Amino acid sequence: MADRIPLLELKNVSKRYGGIAALTGVDFSAYAGEIHAVLGENGAGKSTLIKIAAGVTDATEGEVLVEGKPRHFRSPTDAMQAGVVCVFQELSLLPDMTVADNLSMVAPPTRGGLIDTKAQRTRAMELLKRVGCEDVHPLELVKNLPLSRRQMVEIAKALAKRPKLLILDEATSALTAKDVERIYLIIRELRDQGAGILYVSHRMHEIEALCDIATVFRNGRKIETFRKNERNVHQIIQMMIGREVTHHYPPKPPFQADRAPALTVANLSWGRELSNVSFTAGKGEIVGLGGLDGQGQRELLLAMFGVLRGVEGTVTIDGQPLSLSGPKQAMNAKLPMALIPEDRKVEGLMLPMSVRDNLTLASLPQMRSGLGIDGRKEADAVKAMIERLQIKAPNADDPVATLSGGNQQKVVLAKWLMTEPGIILLNDPTRGIDVGTKQEIYRLLRNLAAEGRTIIFYSTDYAELIGCCDKVLILYDGRITRELKGDACTEHNLISSALNVETVSGEAA
Amino acid sequence: MSDWRYYISHNLGTLTAVGLFILMFSIYIGNHEVGLNPAVATTAANKAVLLALVAMAQTLPVLTRGLDLSVGMIFVMGNCLASAIVVGSIGEGMLGCIVVLAMGFAAGLINGAIVVWGRLQPIITTLATGAIYYGIALWIRPTPGGDVQTDIADFMTGQLFETVPTALVVLLLVVLLIWIPYRSTVLGRAAYAIGSNEQAAYMSGVPVKQAKLLSYALGGMLASLGGLMLTFNTYSGEASAAIGGTYTLNSIAAVVIGGTSLFGGWGSAIGSVFGAFVLRTIEDLLFVFDLPPLWQPLFQGVVLLVAISLGAVRVFRIRNRLELFT
Amino acid sequence: MTFQGVAQRIGLDVPVAVAFGCIIVLLLGGSLYSREFLSPDYLLQQLQVGAFLGIIASGAMMVILLGHIDLSIPWTVTLGAMMATALSGWIGPVGIWLAIPFGLLCGTFIGVLNGIGVAYLRLPSMIFTLGMNAVVQGLMVLHTGGFAPQDHATDAMHFLAVKRSIFGIPNALFVWMFVGIIVILLLRRTAFGRSVYAIGNRESVAYLSGINTNAVLIGCFAFCGACAAFAGVLLAGYSTKAYQAMGDAYLLPAIAAVVLGGTNILGGRGNYLGTIAGVILITLLQSILSVMQMPEAGRQVIYGSVIIAMLLLYGRGAKTRT
Repeated sequence: MADRIPLLELKNVSKRYGGIAALTGVDFSAYAGEIHAVLGENGAGKSTLIKIAAGVTDATEGEVLVEGKPRHFRSPTDAMQAGVVCVFQELSLLPDMTVADNLSMVAPPTRGGLIDTKAQRTRAMELLKRVGCEDVHPLELVKNLPLSRRQMVEIAKALAKRPKLLILDEATSALTAKDVERIYLIIRELRDQGAGILYVSHRMHEIEALCDIATVFRNGRKIETFRKNERNVHQIIQMMIGREVTHHYPPKPPFQADRAPALTVANLSWGRELSNVSFTAGKGEIVGLGGLDGQGQRELLLAMFGVLRGVEGTVTIDGQPLSLSGPKQAMNAKLPMALIPEDRKVEGLMLPMSVRDNLTLASLPQMRSGLGIDGRKEADAVKAMIERLQIKAPNADDPVATLSGGNQQKVVLAKWLMTEPGIILLNDPTRGIDVGTKQEIYRLLRNLAAEGRTIIFYSTDYAELIGCCDKVLILYDGRITRELKGDACTEHNLISSALNVETVSGEAA
Repeated sequence: MSDWRYYISHNLGTLTAVGLFILMFSIYIGNHEVGLNPAVATTAANKAVLLALVAMAQTLPVLTRGLDLSVGMIFVMGNCLASAIVVGSIGEGMLGCIVVLAMGFAAGLINGAIVVWGRLQPIITTLATGAIYYGIALWIRPTPGGDVQTDIADFMTGQLFETVPTALVVLLLVVLLIWIPYRSTVLGRAAYAIGSNEQAAYMSGVPVKQAKLLSYALGGMLASLGGLMLTFNTYSGEASAAIGGTYTLNSIAAVVIGGTSLFGGWGSAIGSVFGAFVLRTIEDLLFVFDLPPLWQPLFQGVVLLVAISLGAVRVFRIRNRLELFT
Repeated sequence: MTFQGVAQRIGLDVPVAVAFGCIIVLLLGGSLYSREFLSPDYLLQQLQVGAFLGIIASGAMMVILLGHIDLSIPWTVTLGAMMATALSGWIGPVGIWLAIPFGLLCGTFIGVLNGIGVAYLRLPSMIFTLGMNAVVQGLMVLHTGGFAPQDHATDAMHFLAVKRSIFGIPNALFVWMFVGIIVILLLRRTAFGRSVYAIGNRESVAYLSGINTNAVLIGCFAFCGACAAFAGVLLAGYSTKAYQAMGDAYLLPAIAAVVLGGTNILGGRGNYLGTIAGVILITLLQSILSVMQMPEAGRQVIYGSVIIAMLLLYGRGAKTRT
């Protein structure tokens, strides 16, 4: 087996974005006829690895070999021509074009130099049939398809290129169980025909069910490659998160059922995404939002902050009704609200602007003197906040883009702490940041709660919810299906309620 | 068949523009003192085809989510150049026509090259190159004048078989020989892909650079063809910044009326042709209904602004306010 | 404080330094051609002419910082001039006093309409303002054709645009300085200014931070309209009367001045020092070309080429790949 030539081989590959290392000295091989799982936490370097393999980005150092030959992909087209095809997590379909167009984007069937739409359509129907999407009309526009169908079309598009190495990056996140079975079937078929498959997923059971071999990444380094059944789930999780698993959460006070209510949400509904959500959060309480990804948690936070239009139901803050008409109203509520948004690059920060400008953006009204901004007051407040959160920024005038991911996230938090909020909504705030900063954030949250602030905390990481929250609301399909209080917040309960089953048989991952 | 549903919905913008044009043109003819005869049709066509060509030229960059603010100036440059070199015998005149088209193609290619390799914004790029092309037009023709090969000009502005306006046939040929083949080549479809989502297009292996270059270059060529047709109408060239500006503005309006999205990825040059026809018919309508000439620019401006504002419908369908900012 | 620190504080970054460098090169190059170029008289004359462009560019800059553009500037300039000159004809002698404020008010109104189109209708500013330009043009054609009682500038307009009251320094220059100081204070010292940069960088972030982004958008467009109209008023004073299409020659130079001064055409980055440099640069370029008796054709070509060349030096976008 050692003398087989790998389909894809990375030798000592490193990638840095600015000063931040995304991959460090990675050696990695993928062989034909194998399904290879790529595992790791967010920010572990999986997506960078894939991007390099698929020609989306260049390695800073190291060599990429395809079938033993050194290759330097300048674009995804180069990679495709070499037989490496990727199904990206952020879909690469063109929304304004038809399914048939999308499926034959690069090398459409032609007649006399012009695209043969009839042949293209036949081809589209064959491909759709292969992935079990006969219900999708080839002339439908991609933007009119539901997300799960789009993902299937994306996979069909990759199949059309007859890949030697197929890379699937979280390709099943929006699929129904039936579609997933279909995909498994196709993947196994491809493997048996001699193709190689790289499979990135967070779902442990998927990997168990499907993969022959797996590689774990952590903090941009390869930890280990092992064959199926050589490691158990527990060991794999150990590898993914490193040694410190249990000790990084600050101690929780005992659960108090009789807190004074700070935030009361009643019958909040928004389209199909939220239906009749009601709950109460007390002063000084950390309330987690749990459940599978995409069950309405983000929409709930946005709705409370006034970002969504046409929300029904009421939000009451410390006894006063809140107008859900915009962030400004939410920030001026009796207990001022703050929202730490999901995507810090698009919703949280202005990357080219200075740390100072970012920090004070939400609290400019407090810095006012006369018509202008009080420069001294501002500088003092910025300095105090940088010290309080220990933001590692050489200079407050430096662009935020030059900071590391963890420090950027601290800037977002600090920006909102400057508004002295009474209610803090957090939308997955620890995604893609290092463990050290995560721990600082956990401590910060506990301290803020101890000061009497209310925290609503959505996280995709169950361990985080268990470690930080006084109670956890589980959302499923836009409704709160369960409320886990105090000691009831266990991994077992969290997962079983997330999947909306009363009991899970067997071992919970 | 259910396929029809898709064909209609994919071409709804174009079909609406066609319908609007037919409606307005019928009103115009109905109120015209002589009604529809070859002479009336030819006069209308000769005027309308100019804007139709420039509107087609504008459509190509717009489909890639770009914009060409220099189309009007390339149009004027084509006019001035034609008034200088489309002279002499018929053969020499034809050669001159080819040179004019080549020059338009080159001008568009320069726009595209600056956008693609220089990575400058299309707006500012074409605003600046527009000045350059205007300068060249002025250099060729400092004062209005010049001449054009009369045989070609008379043929192009006359009628075929004494019924069909030749200008319309030219336009039809452009659609059949340039637009339709263009949009069913890989590069033409790539233009739509880029406008739809440039990052996704790149990820899918679409030839982004080549497609952008071609769209600007073809746009330049169509604009200069418009300039050439203008010369056949006026028998002279004039380097007028006002004419260039008006055509640029109206080309954008025609594109919008023709159902092409200014955010790229959606629309058709055929729609833009009818958008241009609609705009021209408005002018003619003002004429037959005896609107005082002084009111005409205002009326046209308001129609334009209203047409543009129709794009705001999207805003009222948005449910998540964050989507307003994308 | 280091040199870099000082430079950063006053806004002297690479584009601004390059622009100032080009000004010096132009002046030195010009002085080889004629010694006149370094005389205070010539320079003041240039600054006086540049003041009109400077005022327009001040407004254009506010809009460009937002990541938008105002193509209605040409006819807003003309509107300002025509409304200001016409007022005394409509309402009698009182109009002489109200002429300038009225002109400004009309420009502001157009700006507010632009702002509403961009903010509430979310239409691309380029297209909406282009349409607005056509509407204003239509109005002005109608105005001059039928209703203009008179088109002569008032004494006050003449005074501001042409006279030199203190030490022979043109009053127009003081007016520009006044507008410039307003812009600098707005951008550097107020929450409004911060919001402008924030919106230019990412409107979603500004919105989520509780900023009323629609109000800021409308404010900037209104300011731009007011500046354009003000320049129109002064131009009418300078040439003693208002006439059609008098603003047409100012759109490209104003945008070019702002962009050459290092303001990002996509918004969010730029400072006023750069715009000053850009205005002076454009004015000198125009002046030198005309002193050298370069025909209009050559001027346009050089003009466009210089803008492209300078932008290629420092105004380029990011690559698709990372």
